[in-house]
Amino acid sequence: MKLGRITGKVWATIKDPKLNSTTLYLMQPVDEEGKHLGPELIAVDTVSSREGDLVYWVGGAEATMPFEGVQIPSDATIVGLVDHLDVRGGGT
Amino acid sequence: MILGKVVGSIVSTIKHKSYQNKKIMLVRPMNPDGSLRSGTVVAVDTVGAGPGNVVLVASEGRSAQEILGFEKRQPLRSVIVGIVDYIETQSK
Repeated sequence: MKLGRITGKVWATIKDPKLNSTTLYLMQPVDEEGKHLGPELIAVDTVSSREGDLVYWVGGAEATMPFEGVQIPSDATIVGLVDHLDVRGGGT
Repeated sequence: MILGKVVGSIVSTIKHKSYQNKKIMLVRPMNPDGSLRSGTVVAVDTVGAGPGNVVLVASEGRSAQEILGFEKRQPLRSVIVGIVDYIETQSK
């Protein structure tokens, strides 16, 4: 899983039926200091996040599995909202 | 599996149900010589790792499902599966 910052919202009327009633966000992957990592992604939300929120998300096959009994065509799925980060013991 | 260093943890109230009652850590990928790589991995702790610990993080295949005992695959990918005591290396 990785950290990300929600930067915008995407509307798509015509999409795969399995994505119906999901929210699609534009998300910038970031590190724990907020530094941008790579390009923005489109992510499926499962935790009622909002624009500007810091979240964690899952990629790969696991991104298709947030809902019971159905696999959704997603390659980035938001699985948690960050209340705050407790960063220590790190440094380079 | 990758080698990483625990740099902190995430406090998160709203999250996917597969993350309930789990300790969610921030891990920076690390080279065998101890230098940190860019990027931050969000991983669920299963071994009691703390900030500053060098750890093994598994993110592939069905590791998470096996270790956390999920009956079905869940949107959870990265798991801390060990605390490293010592690394012997010939690379510089």
